[in-house]
This record gives sequence, C-alpha cells and structure tokens, in this order.
Amino acid sequence: MEPILRTENLTIKFGGQTAVDNVNFEVPEKHFKSIIGPNGAGKTTFFNLISGELKATSGDVFFRGESLSGKSSVARTRKGIGRSFQITNVFPNLTVIENVRLAVQSKEKIRYQFFRHFASYKDLHIQAERLLEIVLLTSKANAFATQLSHGEKRKLEIAMLLALDTEVLLLDEPTAGMSLEEVPAILDVIKQIKQTGERTILLIEHKMDMIMDLSDSIMVLFNGRLLADGTPKEIMDNETVQHAYLGGLYDEHLA
Amino acid sequence: MELLINLLINGLATGMLIFLLAAGLTLIFGLMDVLNFAHGGLFAWGAFSGVWFYGVTNSFTLAILGAILTGVILGFITEKLIITPVYGNHVQQILITLGFMIVLSEMLKVVFGPNQLAAKTPPLLSGSWEIGDVIIIKYRLFIIIIGFIVFGVFQFILKRTKIGLVVRAGVMNKEMVQALGINIKQVFLYVFMAGAGLAALSGVLMAPYSGVIYAEMGMEFAILAFIVVVIGGMGSFPGSLLAAILVGLAGSFMAYYVPALSLAVNMMLMAIVLIFRPQGLFTAKG
Repeated sequence: MEPILRTENLTIKFGGQTAVDNVNFEVPEKHFKSIIGPNGAGKTTFFNLISGELKATSGDVFFRGESLSGKSSVARTRKGIGRSFQITNVFPNLTVIENVRLAVQSKEKIRYQFFRHFASYKDLHIQAERLLEIVLLTSKANAFATQLSHGEKRKLEIAMLLALDTEVLLLDEPTAGMSLEEVPAILDVIKQIKQTGERTILLIEHKMDMIMDLSDSIMVLFNGRLLADGTPKEIMDNETVQHAYLGGLYDEHLA
Repeated sequence: MELLINLLINGLATGMLIFLLAAGLTLIFGLMDVLNFAHGGLFAWGAFSGVWFYGVTNSFTLAILGAILTGVILGFITEKLIITPVYGNHVQQILITLGFMIVLSEMLKVVFGPNQLAAKTPPLLSGSWEIGDVIIIKYRLFIIIIGFIVFGVFQFILKRTKIGLVVRAGVMNKEMVQALGINIKQVFLYVFMAGAGLAALSGVLMAPYSGVIYAEMGMEFAILAFIVVVIGGMGSFPGSLLAAILVGLAGSFMAYYVPALSLAVNMMLMAIVLIFRPQGLFTAKG
C-alpha cells in the first residue's frame, strides 16, 4: 500500500551546515511514529520540511504519492498535514473556545457566508466544544488564552490542531516546558487521539517512557541523518543507537 | 453650563468624524501592518463624490451611499495596485502611499476643478434645537449618532462574525492565522475596502460640517487620525473611538479656553500617551 507520507533524499543546508541529510522515510496510514535524537539532530527541521515552513535544498516530500515540492505550508495543511508548534502559539486575547472555533472555521473557504452571525454557526461551536472535551479543557472554554497555564496552552494547541482535521498530525514536543504533574494529562490526550485510530501521528519527544508506550515505530535522527528506523524493541536493541545516546558518536563528531 | 454642553457636542461631533477616519486606519495598521498615508485621500474623495452625488440626486442618503461606494471601489484599487506590492516593507509603504495621496488629491482637481467647493447641509438636518440656553445643532447630533451606529455595527462584526474573529486573531498574530490555512490576504482586502469606505463616509459627513471642501483637506485631517491611532493603540477599534473623542473634546475645549494651544493640544495628548503608555490606551496586539 502507498504510504501516506514519504520523503525521498530529503536534504536542507544552512550555509555549510547540513541540518537534514538525505533522509528517506515513510509512514503508513494510521501509524504512530516517533522521532528521537539528541538536541540539534534536525528533528524540528525535519518537521519544518514536511510541513512546508522550510524549503528543502534537495529531495522531496510525498503525501499519498503526490509531490509537495513548491507547496506552501497553508496548501499542505489543506491537503492534510497539520503541525503543532514548539513555541506556545495561541491567540492570547481570544477566549479558549474562540481559538478553537477559529481553527474549525479555517477549514472552510472564505465566502460571503463569513458575514453571517455566529449563532447560525451552532455546529461550529459544537465542534469546538467537542474538541475541548477531548483535550480536557471544557471548564476553561470562556477564559482568555493568556490566562491558561503552560500545560493548558499546549492542550489548547492540540485542540486547534485537531480542529484542522488533518489526516497527519505532526506533534513537536507536546510536553516541552511542562511541569511533571501536567505531563500525564497530555499523555492521556495523545493516547485518546491514537485510540480513535483516525490519524497518522508523527511525534518528536524526549520522554522515552512515553515514546515506548505510544509508538508503533521509532526513527532516530543523528546529525541530520537517519540513524535507525524500526519497532521500539528494535531501536532499544540497536547498538548504534545506544552508542549515539551514550555519547560515543558525539565524541567522534565533536572532536 | 450651556457653554459646556455646546463645547461637548462640538467636540463629540469632531471626534466622531476623526473616529470614522481612524477606525479604518487602525485596523489596516493592526491587521495588515500597513502604514497607509493615502487614507486622507480616500477621505477627500468621499467628501467630493458625496457633494457631487448630493448635487445630482438631491438626496443626502444617496450622497452618503455614493460616497461610501466610491471609497470602497477606490479602496479595492488602492489595495490591489499600491499596497499589495509593498507588504512587509514600511519604508516603501510610506513612500508609495504618500505619493498616492498626492495623486488622489491632484485627481480631485482634475475631476472636480481646482477650486474649493461649497457643501450644503441637507434641509432636514439644518438648523438647531434650542433647549433653554443650550443650542443643539442638528447636523452635529446627526454625526454623533452615525458615529455610534458605525461603532456598534463594526463591534458586532468584530465580535460576532467569523470574519470578525479572523480579523481580531490576525491583529494579534497573522502568521498563526495563515498557519491555520486561512487566506488572510483576502481578509486584508476586505478590511482595506471597509476602511476606505469608512474614510469616505467620514469625508461626506465632514463636507456640510465644515461648509467647504478642498483637495488638501485629506492631508490635514489624516494627521489627526494618525494621532488617534497612536493614542488609542494600534489595531484597537474601541481604542480609536475613545481616543478620537478625546482628541475631539480636547480640540473643542482648548479652542474656546486657550485658543493659542488648540493646535498643539493633540500633539501634547499624543506625547503624554507615548511617554506613559507607549502601546496606546488599548492594546490589541497579543
């Protein structure tokens, strides 16, 4: 079967630095794949190349077999690749429900009906409320986003990402900057999304227990290159990976 | 007491005209990050086309509608031809919109002739009511009412419609709005056209208020609108209403009590706000 997402010799160079180096990978539909690697391995850059925020120096990304080269991030979102953001990036002076509603309505094209009153858009509101339930934020619906805790903001981002209703979700460190108490709630949210079995998920994370728990497969990036790709067990047993994480390769490369 | 009320009504009426002009300016700046120095030109076109429509149709309602339509069409042309090529570059925006402002003014002279034109107040709105010693000039009250209606309508659109939500979010963070897959450029165009329509409305209402119209009136009035945008907070709709009323009242009271300072008072207001609250009275940016 055609993988939903595939890269071919994907490469990006910043000056003399190759941040993502000739990466070939594919992910089947409704699969949960995690991307790990030390800081600076090129994980976020790899996401940016897939989502279209960055333009590849060479190589290409394919969505359902179709080349995405030259397509803007907006066009890719519309096609079905949604991305969460590493930096907390919500609209501070809109309420929580307004934030989600904005994302829900963004699926539609802007037309004259745009000017109609919101009450006639009950279904939009209902959709937004349902998404807040999934991310466990219902009680904060009418709070301004700026009043939320960091963890709650991350949940809101996920709700907005879900609102885009894309087949592929790119989650970039959803637990980054969270207190330990907040992590389980996000984990529950991601588990819940996984259990619906509707989405293909790519996850960048540092928390290994979480990755082992959730992933169907794991790929390891190191210095921009694909070091390994396999089931969680294969990755754990992979000597090169262990070596990389224990610092052996670090020393070689940094020396 | 009567004097105070008269000065108050004067100040409010002037404030409302400035508000109509500043409202478009603040949204255009807040959402599109565009410094539009041609805004005063759209205002002057509103005044001239309004006077023309009034002369032809003899209906002030049609004059208002005609002026707004002229503004909206000019807004469409301006956004497409002048603004679109210079998104994201303030220096180019200042140069090209200032240049276009001059083009708009000179075109007025080509179309309507180089002389000042007299503008009549429609009979229904002429004259005044006397309540005790208080003289309420009907046309001024009319301007104040129109100003509040426009404010209410736009607040409603901003707070209760889908495009309003996009505009408010866009003022805070337009990159994020785009990342959601919303075509913000199209919303830019709508906002620009609406802003131009408001400027033209301000112009057509201004004409009978001042009695004469001339091609350079846009330049003069737009400065007040810029001051209002700075005082009210860039991108804030309620902020521009409050600031416009403040500027209108300050001008009206100063002109009576300390005439020598009446021109300086707006600059002083702006300086005070910039010193103590540089982001303006309201903040719309996130």
